[in-house]
Amino acid sequence: MISGTFHTSYRSDMALRRTWLERLRLGLFIAFVLLFPFVVRKPYPVFLMNQIGIATIGAIGLNILVGYTGQISLGQGAFMAVGAYTAGILTARLGVPWWLTIPIAALFTALVGAVFGIPSLRMKGLYLAIATLAAQEIIIWVVTHWEAVTGGVDALVVPPPMLFGQRVNTDFRFYWVIWPLVGLTALVTANLFRTHYGRAFIAIRDQDVAAEVMGINVFAYKLLAFGISSFFVGLAGALIAHYRSIVTWERFTIETSVLYLAMIIIGGLGSISGSLFGAAFMTLLPAFLTNVGRALQGVIPGMDEFIPYLQQASFGLVIILFLILEPEGLRKIWQDIKNYFALWPFSY
Amino acid sequence: MDTFIQLTLTGLTNGAILALAALGFVLIYKASDVINFAQGEFLLIGAYLMYATIVQIGLPWTLGVLVTMVVAVLLGILIERFVLRPLIGEPIISVIMATIGLSSLLQAVVRIIWGSQPKAFPAFIPSTPVTIFGATVGADRLWAIGIAALLMLFFSLFFRFSKEGIAMRAVADDQQAAMSMGISVKKVFAWAWSIAAVTAAIAGAIVANIVGVGPHLSHFGLRVFPVVILGGLDSIPGAIVGGVIIGLLEAYVGGYIGGGLNQVISFVVLVLILMIRPYGLFGREIIERV
Repeated sequence: MISGTFHTSYRSDMALRRTWLERLRLGLFIAFVLLFPFVVRKPYPVFLMNQIGIATIGAIGLNILVGYTGQISLGQGAFMAVGAYTAGILTARLGVPWWLTIPIAALFTALVGAVFGIPSLRMKGLYLAIATLAAQEIIIWVVTHWEAVTGGVDALVVPPPMLFGQRVNTDFRFYWVIWPLVGLTALVTANLFRTHYGRAFIAIRDQDVAAEVMGINVFAYKLLAFGISSFFVGLAGALIAHYRSIVTWERFTIETSVLYLAMIIIGGLGSISGSLFGAAFMTLLPAFLTNVGRALQGVIPGMDEFIPYLQQASFGLVIILFLILEPEGLRKIWQDIKNYFALWPFSY
Repeated sequence: MDTFIQLTLTGLTNGAILALAALGFVLIYKASDVINFAQGEFLLIGAYLMYATIVQIGLPWTLGVLVTMVVAVLLGILIERFVLRPLIGEPIISVIMATIGLSSLLQAVVRIIWGSQPKAFPAFIPSTPVTIFGATVGADRLWAIGIAALLMLFFSLFFRFSKEGIAMRAVADDQQAAMSMGISVKKVFAWAWSIAAVTAAIAGAIVANIVGVGPHLSHFGLRVFPVVILGGLDSIPGAIVGGVIIGLLEAYVGGYIGGGLNQVISFVVLVLILMIRPYGLFGREIIERV
C-alpha cells in the first residue's frame, strides 16, 4: 500500500510523470492512440477520434485562458474561425502549401487573440465575458460580410492537402496529422505551467492584485495568455479547414464558443487531461444520441427529426447537472476513482 | 422625412421590446448578481405559450395572456429554485454556464413541443395602417410602444410603492442588511426571476404579434447585452433608455447606411461603452478593475 510519493532526487521530483503508475497510464493511453486506427479499421470511429483530437487542441487552448488564467472568454468560436479562414484563404487563394498554413494560421490567430485581449486590461469576470461575446459577434459579422476575402456566407472550398501526390485528408491519414499535434499541444501546455510564464498565469487567476504586488506585469501576462490560448485555438481551426476541406461561418458561431466552454467545465477547469475528457465527452454524446435515435427509428417512427432537439436538450441538461453535482468535472471523478484504488482496500 | 419617421417608429418599437427584455435581465442582475443568458428563451416561451393558448387551445386572447403570465411566473420560480439556488456562491463562470445550459435546454423543449418551423400568429393587436406625420406604420407597432410604456410605468410604481418592490430594492442594495430586516432573500430572488420571465413573455407576445412565432425569437437574448451595458447593468431606467437608444440606432443604421451593418452596430457600441464607461449611462460606478 502506498502511503505517499517520496522522491530521493531532484530529477524524479521534477519529472512530468512522477510515479511508475502515472508513466504506465500515459504509456497505455499513447499505445491506445497509436493502435486505434489499425484495430478499428472503420472510417466512422476514426472520424470521431479525429473530431476528439481537434476538439482537445481547442479545449486545451481555451483552458489556458479560462481554467489557468481565469479570463472568461465567449469568443472561442470566432478565434477558431480566424484560424480556419486564414488557413483556408492562404491555401485556396494564395497557393501556400497546406502544412505551412497551419503554423501561420495559428500565429495569426494568436495575434488577433492578443488584440481582443486588450479589454481585459480594464475588465474582468462578467464584463470581460460580455466583451468577448461582442468580439465573437463582430468577428463573425466581418467574416460573413467581407466577401472579397472570405467569400461571405458561402462556403470557402479548400483544396485537399497533398503529400507525395497523395491526398492527406482521409480519416485514416489525417489521424496522423491530428494526434501528434494533440500530443505536442499537451506537452507544451504541461511544460508551460512549469515555467514562470505559466506560474504567472495561475497567480493572476488566483488573485490578480497579489500577483501585481509580487511584480508580475498583469496586463502583459494577460495578453500573453490570450495569445498563447488563441494560438492553439487557431491551430484547431486550421486543422478543421484542412480536414473538412470546407470552411463555413456556421461552424464558428456563439454555439461553438459555448460548446468549448462546456467541454472544459465538464472536463475540468485548469487541467489538460480534463480538456481531453471534456472534448471526448462532448463529441461522443451527440454521436451516441444520433445512434440511439437511429436505432429507435424502427420502434418510434419520426424519431429522426427529434435527434437534433434531443442533442440540444441533453447538452443543456448535462451542463446544468455537472455544475450542480460535480463542479470540478470529469477530472475530479477520475481523480476519485484513482484515489479509491490507491487506498484500496482501506479507503474510508 | 417620411423615412425618418418610419425608421423612428420602427426603432422605438424594437427599442420597447428590447427594453422589456432588458428589464427582466436587469432585475435578476440587481437582485442576485446573475447574468441571465436565457432571457431570449423566456421571450420565446412567452410567444409560444400565447400561440398555444390562443391558436391551439382556442382561448380568447385575454385569457391567453393570463395563462401565459401564470406559466411564466411558475417557470421563473422553478428555475430559481432548481438551477440557480444550488449555485449560490459559485464562481461567475459556473453561473454564466448554468444560464447558457438553461437557454439550450429551454430552446430544445420549445422545439420538441412546437417544431422549428415559424408559425403565423393571429394578430390580437390590429395592424391596420395608421398615418402619423405623413408616415404610414402598422397600428400594432404603436400598440407595442404603448404597452411597453405602460408596463414600465407599472413596474416603476411597483418598485416605488409596493412592499415586494421595496424589499427587492433593499436586497439589491445590501443583502445582509435586508436579511436582518426580516426580508426573505430567497423570496426576492424568486420574485426577480418570475418578473423577468413575465416581462420577457409579454415582450415575446408583442414580437410574435408583429413578426410571427419562431425559434429565431431567442436571438433577442443576445441583443439584450448591448442594451443593458449601455444603460448600466443594475439600472432599470438604464434598461429603458438603453433599449430605446439601441433600437433607434439599429433602425437608423439599417435605413440610412445598410449593408447589414445594423446587425453588428450595437455590439460595436457595446465594446466602446465597455472601454470608456463600463458601468453604462446610469449604472453604479463600482466596477472591478485590475
